[in-house]
Amino acid sequence: MIDYIRINYQLIWEAFQQHLYLALIPVILAIIISLPLGYIAVRYKKLYYPLVNISSILYAIPSLALFLLLPPIIGTGVLSPLNIIIALTVYSIALMVRVVADGLNSVDPAITQAATAMGYRRVRRLFAVELPIALPVMLAGLRVATVANVSIVSVGALIGVGGLGALFLRGLQLDYLAPIFVGIILSVLLAATCDIIIVLVQRRFTPWVRAGGRA
Amino acid sequence: MITFDKVSKTFPDGTLAVENLDFELPTGKITVFVGPSGCGKTTSLRMINRMIEPTGGRILIDGKDVMSQDAALLRRSIGYVIQHAGLFPHRTVIENVMTVPNLIGTDKKKSRATAMELLLRVGLTESMANKYPVQLSGGQEQRVGVARALAADPPVMLMDEPFSAVDPIVRAGLQTEFLRLQGELGKTIAFVTHDIDEAIKLGDKVAVFREGGHLAQYASPQELLENPANDFVADFVGRDRGFRSLSFDSSGVLVLDSVDSVRSGSEILVLDDAGRPLGWAGPGIADERSPLSVAGTFTAADSLRVVTDLAISSPVGIAVRVNDSGVADGIIRHPSLVRQLDERRRQRAGTAS
Repeated sequence: MIDYIRINYQLIWEAFQQHLYLALIPVILAIIISLPLGYIAVRYKKLYYPLVNISSILYAIPSLALFLLLPPIIGTGVLSPLNIIIALTVYSIALMVRVVADGLNSVDPAITQAATAMGYRRVRRLFAVELPIALPVMLAGLRVATVANVSIVSVGALIGVGGLGALFLRGLQLDYLAPIFVGIILSVLLAATCDIIIVLVQRRFTPWVRAGGRA
Repeated sequence: MITFDKVSKTFPDGTLAVENLDFELPTGKITVFVGPSGCGKTTSLRMINRMIEPTGGRILIDGKDVMSQDAALLRRSIGYVIQHAGLFPHRTVIENVMTVPNLIGTDKKKSRATAMELLLRVGLTESMANKYPVQLSGGQEQRVGVARALAADPPVMLMDEPFSAVDPIVRAGLQTEFLRLQGELGKTIAFVTHDIDEAIKLGDKVAVFREGGHLAQYASPQELLENPANDFVADFVGRDRGFRSLSFDSSGVLVLDSVDSVRSGSEILVLDDAGRPLGWAGPGIADERSPLSVAGTFTAADSLRVVTDLAISSPVGIAVRVNDSGVADGIIRHPSLVRQLDERRRQRAGTAS
């Protein structure tokens, strides 16, 4: 395996980089898109169930099917990384809309009312009070979405764009275990690292959550 | 001064919460809104800072209609304290207190110093400043809530059942400190409670609400206990209102007997060398060397309620008054007290009619 890595490190490094951006760009896009959608679901209660249910249905579409369906629908090439990015963004949004909505709903109405009574206007209240209090719930959802993305990217290898997934395919085709092991180890390491980073962000920005345990 | 000028509130579903409310809350005083649940007291309170908007009439603060002012700016000038305090869980104690100064744009350093001062003032310590609300007890949270409401030094404070979520002993302490604080600050306060005893204890004026958002009576606590306007108020203020109304009169009006009258005979008040009461003795009571405890004394500053309670609970039916140095300077016997209370009642009835 050491030999395999020494000879192919260039290729492995490129696969790893591709895996990284294929997994993480959708997470970032999903955050940007889910925040307003989740807010709308909470603000206009009638829209909560439609939005959350549509999200759940989207998440139920098998990933390989979505990878194959997208090119004809949006007119991308079959081998375009855009397919993977868009598909994973859809999955992440499907997870995150519910999480953002539930996070905002988890804020005690007495606290939002207190904020209003102190003289907060709606937008400032959202950013200064509601979103920070919803952060622990939202970050928990983000962890799930991120780890899921890191694992689903590999499936993309079947349509030619799959980051570390390409190593699995190569291993299978050559009946050779080394690339498969390298792929699994790097993929797991990547998922774990992303997870740890989010946990650290959570500790840094939500110190009050841990304060409860020490009270 | 806060003026309710024929204020009504009908909710969109047709519920009439408040009808034709017409009264004034005096500047620098505590006005308590009290009544059973669903009587419109909280709705009335929340209309003052426009958390709820009236559907009829006007509410004026110092002559200015609240509806003519920007809601957020109006609210920043009115302190607000709620049940369970409603502290922001993601902010430390000091950050919570600094909320309104930050909204107004007060210099951070200055508002931090003010906030720290306020924490001490409401009975907390500097060491609590950097704790999170989840680390506080219910009573401490409520103190932070009061400090937060006071931070921008608003002339008006609204308090919605601020002490009802804490246990009775903590509540009594908070009430006493609240009165002390108000003695120093002199805010115009509207205070909602469903607890008539709290209303009597804290209110300079008490507005008794009844179902349907009507004002059943608006009066001082003493008037409320002595002259309830109708059966609803009499019933609401409770059965022992006569006894409780004695809290409002000083024992200074009482004619006492001399201490010498109980230095010999069937009841003997045993004094120490300085003249401080040690206890009761006498035939069939106790020996002078081991007298029965006097079970409390009163001073001229105490209320009639204290004296009556002492006379009832005394082993010999006699309440003992002491001066500031604890020396006995007068006594009152149970029969004499009852006679004087009866005269007081007759005089009241005479002036009322």
